Amino acid sequence: MKKYIYIVFLVIVSISNAQKNSKNEKTTFRVSGNCEMCKMRIEKATLSVSGVKFAKWSIPENQLTLVYNSNRVKLLEIHNSIALSGHDTSVKDAPTDTYNDLPICCLYVREEKSKAPFK
Amino acid sequence: MNIKYYIFIFLFCTNILKSQETLKGKVVYKQERETLALEGANVYWLDTNQGTTTDELGDFNLKLSKKSDRLVISYLGFHPDTLKVVSNKKIIHFLKEDLSTNLDEVSLIERKKTSKLSFTKTQNTILVDANELLKAACCNLSESFETNPSIDVNFSDALTGTKQINMLGLKSPYILISEENIPMVRGASQAYGLTFTPGTWVESIQISKGTGSVVNGFESIAGQINTELKKPFTDNPFFLNLFGSKNGRLELNTHLNKKITDKWSTGLFIHLNQRNQKIDKNSDNFLDVPLSNQVNILNRFQYMDPLKGWVVFYNLRFLNDQKQTGQILFSPDTDKNSSIIWGSEIETKRFDTALKVGYVYPEYPYKSFGLQTAYSNHDQKAYYGLRNYDIFHESFYSNLLYNSILNNTNNKFKSGLNFSLDRYVENIDSKDFSRTDKNLGAFFEWSHDDLEKLSWTAGIRVDFNNNIGTFVTPRLHFRYAFNTTTIIRLSSGTGRKAANIFAENQPIFGSNRRIYIDKGTNPFYGLSPERAWNFGVSISKSLQLLNKNTNLVFDYYNTRFSNQVIVDLEKEGRVSFYNLNGNSSAKSLQVTFDIDLTTQLQFKSAYKNDNVSIDYRSGTKQKQLVPKNRVFANLSWKSIKNTKDKQWLYDVTLHHLGNQRLVENSTLPNTTQSPSYSILNMQLTRVFSNFSEIYMGIENFGNYTQINPIISSEQPFNANFDSSQVWAPVFGRMIYGGFRYKL
Repeated sequence: MKKYIYIVFLVIVSISNAQKNSKNEKTTFRVSGNCEMCKMRIEKATLSVSGVKFAKWSIPENQLTLVYNSNRVKLLEIHNSIALSGHDTSVKDAPTDTYNDLPICCLYVREEKSKAPFK
Repeated sequence: MNIKYYIFIFLFCTNILKSQETLKGKVVYKQERETLALEGANVYWLDTNQGTTTDELGDFNLKLSKKSDRLVISYLGFHPDTLKVVSNKKIIHFLKEDLSTNLDEVSLIERKKTSKLSFTKTQNTILVDANELLKAACCNLSESFETNPSIDVNFSDALTGTKQINMLGLKSPYILISEENIPMVRGASQAYGLTFTPGTWVESIQISKGTGSVVNGFESIAGQINTELKKPFTDNPFFLNLFGSKNGRLELNTHLNKKITDKWSTGLFIHLNQRNQKIDKNSDNFLDVPLSNQVNILNRFQYMDPLKGWVVFYNLRFLNDQKQTGQILFSPDTDKNSSIIWGSEIETKRFDTALKVGYVYPEYPYKSFGLQTAYSNHDQKAYYGLRNYDIFHESFYSNLLYNSILNNTNNKFKSGLNFSLDRYVENIDSKDFSRTDKNLGAFFEWSHDDLEKLSWTAGIRVDFNNNIGTFVTPRLHFRYAFNTTTIIRLSSGTGRKAANIFAENQPIFGSNRRIYIDKGTNPFYGLSPERAWNFGVSISKSLQLLNKNTNLVFDYYNTRFSNQVIVDLEKEGRVSFYNLNGNSSAKSLQVTFDIDLTTQLQFKSAYKNDNVSIDYRSGTKQKQLVPKNRVFANLSWKSIKNTKDKQWLYDVTLHHLGNQRLVENSTLPNTTQSPSYSILNMQLTRVFSNFSEIYMGIENFGNYTQINPIISSEQPFNANFDSSQVWAPVFGRMIYGGFRYKL
């Protein structure tokens, strides 16, 4: 019996700890893209960063909405991951070679930017 | 060390040499949101004669020029651009359309398909939208599948003309039919329930093959059909539809939707139908189609607060349906239960109410919960000749559902509890078959989706049922996309069901077959609950054939019953219900081929092979009246909308049914099979504007009918009288027309 109480106690403690550790934040920023394939690529790149819980990219608005645990991941890492997949974000541009390799339907019009492209 | 150095130099040099030679690039343009390749664009160095044109992918390779570093890209109808080339990095260039040039406008409009196989869903799901339902004379849900090859619409009986549906070779009781995810056509409403949802109320239908999800219960075996009704917030404020057909059917459908506040909206949907003409074209002294009268009213309320995340639906619905059928001279007032003139009346009163509450956490859009509760009260009183059948079914259903994620949205889960209570009061000639079913179920479904290739859904539920006991229902669906055009789906799972033998087989009452039920101790008429495994594989391939979009789907499903209630009609004059002893399986193969011939003309076709083999007491046989082979073809054409939104729509559908096995019939002693035959339906719609349209159509154009659809119709009190053995239309060519108006 004592054993079970310990186990229950441990579970409660670990759950409450987990709750404390997860500081979920919701944010939205611009990611350039065109189509369903872009959507898949962008969302995949976002969710591949551990600590990201939710990602939804809207085609008409070119806006990415995401929820992430700010204790586990920095927002810049998410921008980097998306940029590396070939899509310019509001703070990070995709490497030109990756952009060039996108399927034709995904080629979006790149903004002339002063930002430094990804090295 | 030295070697390495040389290799390095060598690589470096070739690289430079190669890159000095050519400049690679791609010329594209933007149309709406899409990026498309520009083939045949001119690419050349300024003030030189060194140039090239782009290929069909918009790609070009051009030698670097010593004379110029200015690259000109031009194409007729586009603004030419000059770029300064500083490096030999690949160039991707967008040309902008020149709207000032007076070229004839070329517009590419890809036609939205009204019925399509879902590409991204894990389950083999076909989505049917409201436009597809406009393609046939569909007056209600049972008729709305006539342009869809996955579901077969049968001719259920010669008396009531009610069309039952089949999926994977199995009858509708094996399909979980739900309305906005609340199980709907079940229990007492099994025989006629599909005729209680008017076609105009339907917003969309999702058909999934195989056992489906565990969320809505354990009863689905062949598949799930979910209907979404029109929503007050999105439906037109006013809609009117009038319909009339040559077989005497008149219909009126009207929708009134009103916004009460920003968040509340209400809709009133009214459906009336009537048939008061006595028709007997085949001169067997029986009505070809019943006299009928239906009043069906739905009032729904919708509450939406997207900022706070709440959605509420509240429905109230009343139905009164009356049917009279039998011999032409039959008059209910004087001839009810008469042994001289055969007649039948079926009267159904039904009340439904449902409350659905959904909440999505505004901060965490992946987290939500929902509560669905529904109550229905179904009261059917009927007599068929000398046989009286009354069924009252009161049902309460509730489902509490929680959705969230595991780690991230690649892994989602649904978990919850549902409780249902079904009280049946059922009497046949005052023999009582009443019972109450109570069921509490808990479920957990885990969906994984890598957003690209692999996704799967694994679900399990545990149910505690007062009459079936405690049991586990596992279900698994798996999808793998080899690339963007080829997908394979696998599914397997179990389903169970209590057979409501009379409600499901009501057409049999239109016969003088004596009823035999095996004695047993089970609460379901003494018979065991039905149980089956379903396995399925589906391969879908889309490809470009002669520059046209085509789609090829191969489906194979196998349903194996470990127990089934066999409805045995093999012996004339009797119907026996007994538990399966041996094997029963339904193997269904379907090959579908669709092609967009032009942007306006679309062709769909399917071949089906249903091998439904049952071990009857008299031996292993194909189930009666299930054709082994079927062919379906549909051609649908749309004219280009003119500037005033006027448009023509035309649809032709062909159904070919192979031989069907017939049961013993002493009036036709040497006939064991029905002949194969084809039916052609067509419809023409004229859209006058966004507000009004008229349509006209012909069903059964070839006027194919079954001769003597009622066995022993001249002596309806003989033991072999049977109106349930119908394998072809009773009514011949049928012309109909209607009008739709919306605001």
